[in-house]
Amino acid sequence: MGQAYTPGLKVSKYTLIQKERILPIKGKTLVKKGDMVTSKDVVATAQLPGSVIMVKVANKLGVLAGEMEQFLQIKEGDQITTGQIIAEKRSFLGLMKDIVKSPIEGIVESISSITGQCVLRLNPTPIDILAYVSGEVKKVYEDEGVLIETKGAFMQGIFGIGGEVMGDLHVMVKEPSRRANVDDLSEEHIGKIIVVGSHVDYHFIKRAVEVGVKGIITAGIDDADVKALLGYEIGVAITGNEDISLSIVVTEGFGKIDMAHKTFELLQSLDGKYASMNGATQIRAGVIRPEVIVTDIDYKDGEIKESEYFIKIGKSIRIIRNPYFGKIATVIEMPTELHELESGAMVRVVRLELEDGEKVIVPRANVEIIEE
Amino acid sequence: MGQDHSDIERVVATDCGSTTTKAILIEKKDGVFRLIKRGEAPTTVEAPVEDVTKGVLNAVTELEELSGLKILHEEDFIKPKKNEKEGTDIFISTSSAGGGLQMMVAGVVKNMTAESAERAALGAGAIVMDVIATNDLRPVHEKIEKIRHLRPDMILLSGGTDGGTIKHVVELAEIIKAANPKPRLGITYQLPIIYAGNIAARKNIEDTLGSDTALQITDNLRPSMEMENLMPARLKIQDLFLEHVMAHAPGYKNLMAWTDVDIMPTPGAVGLIMRTIAKQREINIVGVDIGGATTDVFSVFGEIFNRTVSANLGMSYSISQVFAETGAENVMRWLPYRPNTKDIRNRIKNKMIRPTTIPQTLEELIMEQALAREALRLAFIQHKSLAVGLKGVQQQRTISDAFSQKISGQTIINMFHLNMLVGSGGVLSHAPRRSQAAMLMIDSFQPTGVTDLTVDSIFMMPQLGVLSQVHEKAATDVFEKDCLIYLGSCVAPEGNLKKGIKPVLEINMTMPDGTQIADTIDYGEIKVYPLGVGESVKAELKPLAGFDLGEGKNKKIEATLHGGIVGIIIDTRGRPFNLSLDDPERINKIVKWYKAIDMYPEIEKIAEMGQR
Repeated sequence: MGQAYTPGLKVSKYTLIQKERILPIKGKTLVKKGDMVTSKDVVATAQLPGSVIMVKVANKLGVLAGEMEQFLQIKEGDQITTGQIIAEKRSFLGLMKDIVKSPIEGIVESISSITGQCVLRLNPTPIDILAYVSGEVKKVYEDEGVLIETKGAFMQGIFGIGGEVMGDLHVMVKEPSRRANVDDLSEEHIGKIIVVGSHVDYHFIKRAVEVGVKGIITAGIDDADVKALLGYEIGVAITGNEDISLSIVVTEGFGKIDMAHKTFELLQSLDGKYASMNGATQIRAGVIRPEVIVTDIDYKDGEIKESEYFIKIGKSIRIIRNPYFGKIATVIEMPTELHELESGAMVRVVRLELEDGEKVIVPRANVEIIEE
Repeated sequence: MGQDHSDIERVVATDCGSTTTKAILIEKKDGVFRLIKRGEAPTTVEAPVEDVTKGVLNAVTELEELSGLKILHEEDFIKPKKNEKEGTDIFISTSSAGGGLQMMVAGVVKNMTAESAERAALGAGAIVMDVIATNDLRPVHEKIEKIRHLRPDMILLSGGTDGGTIKHVVELAEIIKAANPKPRLGITYQLPIIYAGNIAARKNIEDTLGSDTALQITDNLRPSMEMENLMPARLKIQDLFLEHVMAHAPGYKNLMAWTDVDIMPTPGAVGLIMRTIAKQREINIVGVDIGGATTDVFSVFGEIFNRTVSANLGMSYSISQVFAETGAENVMRWLPYRPNTKDIRNRIKNKMIRPTTIPQTLEELIMEQALAREALRLAFIQHKSLAVGLKGVQQQRTISDAFSQKISGQTIINMFHLNMLVGSGGVLSHAPRRSQAAMLMIDSFQPTGVTDLTVDSIFMMPQLGVLSQVHEKAATDVFEKDCLIYLGSCVAPEGNLKKGIKPVLEINMTMPDGTQIADTIDYGEIKVYPLGVGESVKAELKPLAGFDLGEGKNKKIEATLHGGIVGIIIDTRGRPFNLSLDDPERINKIVKWYKAIDMYPEIEKIAEMGQR
């Protein structure tokens, strides 16, 4: 076979990126088709009506419902703040007074002299949708959201935790095989997305949360630490809603693994740039992988290359299972006939040359393409 | 569709699994249909390809290379067969590429109907991604956002006792409608919603959700405060999963355009084969098809056929769920060494995130086979709980049962009456040694009495199932000659010893070469007597020490034992059989058992290396 289909993660210095940004309930879009937006811009907003609170004013004042109105210090439609006096009754020449205060911030929805109650409504909660990536508004979905198109660096991780975050990228290590030290975390990292190298552990993540780091990009992580962090076991890999105060993107897998050179070099080249990152992962049919995006809409030299999904002789690949997990190699032969593995299974294989010159045989299913 | 395929001579059939797409080539030679070649490729459901037909083309391309035939012209099948070297008469396919079942459930009261709905979904083998209740204190937009983000495969909506309030359950329906969740399986897919709530609200629910979703209505799972009735909802979830979710995948519509008959969901096709085996041989069978995302169990006892799909137990996408559900100790107990928990956890999660990889080393194979035992065991437990009789017969639980979590109804699976256990799926069919498949099935299903063990030779029952709908003779020819592999009879008496070791079984039989065998087997042993495929012996089997082979304690039975690739397997480890990780003798025991059945090469060396 001259070539074989082999899926791989996208790690691209310059590519086309599209993002849909949709409101959870109907609202209004704040931009129009063709507008240029930055990642922090609000592109759509909605107002979620506040809940209603009933206050038994007449009861609290000890008056009849019909008498309540004379003691009120508010009227329907008024804005009110928490603790604001909404009714007051003085007696004994003004020496004694009964006061009713607003328990909420909001508006006075209605006043009933039949029930003696005031209906207060909490202020609506605004729901803003940020652009998440800088780029051009390509489509507007009336009252619902927009599609943004941009160009820039795009890197998929293999697994992630947590949702969307944005911040400056900061590479903490000099080599992809090194790991950042917990003592190196400081105020310098507040609000940043940090690249920590080959591995991150529970204590480092906890310290990063304390410091105020927004995101961590790591090659490896131990499953036991993920469980300790989340408080539960991940069954089917569906993540993105974890409440851990930061997001994590894992580029290689579980355990201590060197970060792929290409991934590390790309991240190094983006050091200090503003990045958007999402840890959300769904590994099932219709897969979603976590991502890191650095938009660069002014980049002129880059030609967008089509991704390749086939391995062939001479191609660089990464081995994604033991006993050579994480190693980079070049394809030197793709035999058609089945080959017996150490496990005893007869499967199709590729012959590879590792970076140190060693030649090995690996099942085709256990390699992943590295985009040039 | 509806075409005459009676004169076909060449068939290409694929099964699009969640992880791997398998293609087989069948040809008629001298009036008989035979399997010629098999090819496979990763199923292509991940971006940027996201089209299941690419995996089909890759698997068929492998068939072309291995067979020397030309079947494809660019991205199209050459049909009908042109000559000995070119084309195929038909192309057919099954699919389970949609993978596992992840549901959301909704109910009015968090601790009442929502909890019942969650139990119904869990009992049907689903993963419950979130429980939405009217009183769960989350604002509406958060609920909507959660539905959108999670992209459930199905939603079970319940709420209200029959005749009670309808307002709240309709509000829940409105939330679902507003969320308008985007399907993960492509635009042709309509989200299935099962309504199992207040019967008085059915019309309102239909008005709200009927046009935008694949709405199905079933009995209220909480008809009154005191009564919980989960079975109709569970069965409905299973049916809808099978018919609506599992087979779908990105690109499903393109695949439909290629096939000469409708694409069949994989469990539907395997179910047909299982029923045929039971009917032709007039036996009771239990069959299993263990895949990457799901494990399907089938049983035929008498006239009653049952099929369950454990939607999140499997060897690739669902491997971490198997680990989460059974627990680390249950997996590690099967390893012939003292395992490093941290290392095992990382290995399993690495398979979860790269589900298409396969074990290269023996150590990794042993670990995957440990997980496979647990997936099979849990799937069979679920099957027994759902296989309680004829469908439609309602099993109801009272409130006290609901709180005590008792299984409702009586399972019809009687292991003494089971004649044959049939294994299919990658981990069983492609086990490097057939003895591994035998041991996996024995450890997880625990056949009791005398049971024949068989396995699908190269994992092609799904394709033969759909072929049987097109050309029965072709399917039967290939099934008889190339598919069903006899491993041998398993003899396992019921009973256990509290302590000590003493004889529990006497065997007397005359082998085909005239050798007399008169053996007494101690408790806790695995023993194999070689007997070839197609051979059989009459045996006298006498259980001792209160053990039972189906006729009563210590009662002798006479049975015909069948040979196979492994041989006659005697298992006196007791029934129920339970192996504990804490057993100080555990490693010695499993090394002894694995050696007895010749399961792995150099097992002692692995045990020694593992200890280090």
